[in-house]
Amino acid sequence: MQKQKLVMIGNGMAGVRTLEELLKLQPDLYDITVFGEEPHPNYNRILLSPVLAGEQTVQEIILNPVSWYEENNITLHLKKKVVKINRMKRVVVAEDGTEAAYDRLLIATGSKPFILPIPGKDLPGVISYRDIYDTEQMIEAAKVYKHAVVIGGGLLGLEAANGLKLRGMDVTVIHIGDWLLERQLDETAARLLQKSLEERGLKFALQKQTAELVAGETGRVAALRFKDGETIPADLVVMAVGIRPNTELAEAAGLHCNRGIVVSDGMQTFDPRIYSVGECVSHRGIAYGLVAPLFEQAKVCANHLAQYGIGQYKGSVLSTKLKVTGIDLFSAGDFMGGEGTEEIMLSDPAGGVYKKLVIKDDKLVGACLYGDTADGAWYFKLLRENRPIGELREHIMFGETNLGDTGHQGQSRAASMQDSDEVCGCNGVCKGTIVKAIKEKGLFTVDDVKKHTKAASSCGSCTGLVEQVLMNCLGSNFQESPKTRAICGCTDRNHGEVRQAIRENKLLTHKDVYDFLEWRTPNGCATCRPAVNYYLISTWPHEAIDDPQSRFVNERVHANIQKDGTFSVIPQMKGGVTNASELRRIADVADKYAVPMVKVTGGQRIDLLGVKKEDLVSVWKDLGMNSGHAYGKSIRTVKTCVGSEFCRFGTQNSTQMGIDLETMLANMWSPHKVKLAVSGCPRNCAESGIKDVGIIAVDSGWELYVGGNGGIKTEVAQFLCKVKTAEEVKEYSGAFLQLYREEAYYLDRTVHYLERVGLDYVKAKVVDDAANRKALYERLLYSLDGLPDPWAARIKGAQKNEYIPLKVIA
Amino acid sequence: MNMSASTPWVHLCAVEDIPRLGSRVVEREAGNLAVFRTAADTVFALLDRCPHKGGPLSQGIVHGETVTCPLHSWNIDLVTGEAKAPDEGCARRFPVKVENGEVFLSLA
Ligand code: SRM
Ligand SMILES: Cc1cc2nc3c(=O)[nH]c(=O)nc-3n(C[C@H](O)[C@H](O)[C@H](O)COP(=O)(O)OP(=O)(O)OC[C@H]3O[C@@H](n4cnc5c(N)ncnc54)[C@H](O)[C@@H]3O)c2cc1C
Ligand code: SF4
Ligand code: FES
Repeated sequence: MQKQKLVMIGNGMAGVRTLEELLKLQPDLYDITVFGEEPHPNYNRILLSPVLAGEQTVQEIILNPVSWYEENNITLHLKKKVVKINRMKRVVVAEDGTEAAYDRLLIATGSKPFILPIPGKDLPGVISYRDIYDTEQMIEAAKVYKHAVVIGGGLLGLEAANGLKLRGMDVTVIHIGDWLLERQLDETAARLLQKSLEERGLKFALQKQTAELVAGETGRVAALRFKDGETIPADLVVMAVGIRPNTELAEAAGLHCNRGIVVSDGMQTFDPRIYSVGECVSHRGIAYGLVAPLFEQAKVCANHLAQYGIGQYKGSVLSTKLKVTGIDLFSAGDFMGGEGTEEIMLSDPAGGVYKKLVIKDDKLVGACLYGDTADGAWYFKLLRENRPIGELREHIMFGETNLGDTGHQGQSRAASMQDSDEVCGCNGVCKGTIVKAIKEKGLFTVDDVKKHTKAASSCGSCTGLVEQVLMNCLGSNFQESPKTRAICGCTDRNHGEVRQAIRENKLLTHKDVYDFLEWRTPNGCATCRPAVNYYLISTWPHEAIDDPQSRFVNERVHANIQKDGTFSVIPQMKGGVTNASELRRIADVADKYAVPMVKVTGGQRIDLLGVKKEDLVSVWKDLGMNSGHAYGKSIRTVKTCVGSEFCRFGTQNSTQMGIDLETMLANMWSPHKVKLAVSGCPRNCAESGIKDVGIIAVDSGWELYVGGNGGIKTEVAQFLCKVKTAEEVKEYSGAFLQLYREEAYYLDRTVHYLERVGLDYVKAKVVDDAANRKALYERLLYSLDGLPDPWAARIKGAQKNEYIPLKVIA
Repeated sequence: MNMSASTPWVHLCAVEDIPRLGSRVVEREAGNLAVFRTAADTVFALLDRCPHKGGPLSQGIVHGETVTCPLHSWNIDLVTGEAKAPDEGCARRFPVKVENGEVFLSLA
């Protein structure tokens, strides 16, 4: 079948982010063509300010080099401005005559700087600040000329002024308002800002209006005259008085525009074939000018282009920062306050610190911080969550760190950390090491940081903090763009592509995969081999060969390796139920093998820790119990509560339900570990709300929840459906788990999978479509059918060499 | 490998006794060794202690001529025993030779 054609106009941040998100979801749906007016591939416009300030180079801010477009088979037309959209014929035409036909069109033309309609606006030396070209012009001008004037005291104007000053020019900022950044700061904060900028040598002319730009002898601008008649010298004039959505092309094509291309919550314009994202868009009457909301739009738009059709953009709350090194300011929400609001304020003008929090109806609605912005991210989170602050109120001004250890996600800590403070507890990496690596090696993504410093490469709980350090180094509001989606360095293929190739070409062995997909290494590496192994055995159960050498030690040995090289043994205890005879055998094993510790796990069973590898097989034999798979990307436990058999509140036999599920799922391998729980009533003593599949019994049946997680990032499970019988519980949860097994990427837990495809998608496949549900369920049962218990198999002699050390006779 | 004629070789096992892309542990008073076998049937021996925090290299995943430590994923070069960048450190190497499908080790 011929692929559909997707054409994108505008090769900027929002548009390319949409493509990245789309490729993640559906790498092969479209033939993609991109038109960009600028001669550069997609770059990080935000970082033009550090480039102007001499802190970074143009090369360093490229986000997607030309090779990225090639790798993704995207036809790229640089330096080609699209001048016409023919909606009848569904083609776009560029200035030079190049045409491209589309089935879907994405308009991401950004915005245009607003140019004051004053005499002299077209003189040489009068520019705006939008792209690499403008930035280069400023850098050149700073080499030859002395007097720069920046019109506009907003974020862009101040960043331009700061950069020009650092490049040695004498800079005056002209601003019509009463104070600087009046859209971001209140007057007190703005005065503090102005003072510190003045200390750096910038000059300000507030409440002043420009009347005219005057040419000098060479014809280049030479002076600026105010309305009140005063004149100041100006060899370079930068206009930073605002932006206007770039809707010219859309309007000419007859698309409905109203201060921006009007789009729906699905980022669709009035022509259903045409989508639009970025600064050119007007969504619910708002045109955004910061990347964070645009990236949210991109995600939603990609979801629709991928034909999932369930993403919804509902608008964003914004926060701002100024990227002038050494100046910390942060503001978000309604920071001016007014009718019906209360303000909490902290002001230390001598110390250069000012904080104002605006509260309305017990909720934080605005924040304006100057000098100490360490808690900005935390306030922003409270603001977006829109939850009552209640007793937080007393301490809120003193920030998150004052609240004990609630800040485990590290939202706001990075900025205030010392270089010697530890970021990654697992690998003992401190902030200074990370900052040094980012600067010296030009790291850009969290992945790069992981590779070079090992930070966040283990438990991952410090990923947020690493991201923040990265953000602080690279510029504010910057969001990580997922650049390398290849599985690992052995290949350029991503998880989805590998999986698809295995399915479509019936690849059955590792060698097949590496040959067919032209792996760069002869036999992969420790990252890709386990992933490929899982894709093989989950796609072709009973046919593909499960390769023990491609499994992490725990799964190869069927026990969990400990820091001293010994192993832990956790036998299966279905539903957490045991009996005297099992306990007696466990006790005997503990004695016989001098097990250093016997512990009840968080998963309702017993752990024997510190067993020597060579003892494993005999320990299993003496236990006479099945493997609990506590070491695998596999089924783990099904926790249960006592339920209706004993509990006075129990509505169903949750214990038996758990045992049945654990029996059904025994030996199941999965993309990541899978945990279930069954509770006998909504009191939920088995903690079903944070499990991959959580089941809660109610009088009339069973409620099923999916995608919960109690680990690194606690996530509450989402309601999937309600069923009546125990048999249905097995079928629905089995079908959901099979869908996850077939579609999730290796090392994604159900929560990550759900995040990617959305709950509605899962409902459509598992709840609404009965035939599909049954088919999924059957495929699950088929893959599990006849799988031996791994411990029993090893007692019988499988993989014998693994457990027997060699000896040398001296 | 370049050995002097006086190296005292001891017989260890058959190449077949080591899984391809895997390893075996050799128990020894002075610290265990790990013997590895690559896809091309080359055999290497290292002290079974990761230069990072002493992890048992024998339990790692073998790929190319590298083993990835099971504890914190350092990559150790089987030929030189050295950790690959950005990590730094070295696991001691032991001479190995293969004759007629049998593996010999020198503990000198
Ligand atoms: C033994 C146990 C702790 C205990 O003594 O209670 C345990 C021990 C380990 N957990 Fe856990 N987890 C144990 C229950 C849990 C629970 C609670 C639960 O299952 O109800 C959680 C949170 C629930 C969840 O997973 O959603 C939990 C979340 C984690 C995570 C974070 C997973 C995540 O997706 O965020 C990891 C890291 C990972 O898997 O990558 C982890 C990893 C580990 C590892 C395997 C770390 C490792 O790779 O060596 C620990 C092995 C220790 C060892 O040396 O043997 N453990 N771990 C528990 C075994 C339960 C069992 O019977 O199978
Ligand atoms: C100096 C500077 C600093 C900034 N700092 C921050 C910050 O700190 N934080 C923040 O969140 N935001 C910041 N921004 C704003 C941010 O860069 C923009 O919000 C973002 O780049 C907008 O993305 P976009 O894709 O909508 O538009 P753009 O990135 O502008 O992309 C639009 C592209 O479309 C091209 N185009 C237009 N018309 C056509 C056509 N007809 N044919 C072909 N191509 C066309 C344009 O040439 C342009 O390359 C800053 C902006 C600037 C200029
Ligand atoms: S058992 Fe779990 S929580 Fe405890 S140290 Fe190990 S991984 Fe961390
Ligand atoms: S002990 Fe080997 S990587 Fe840490």
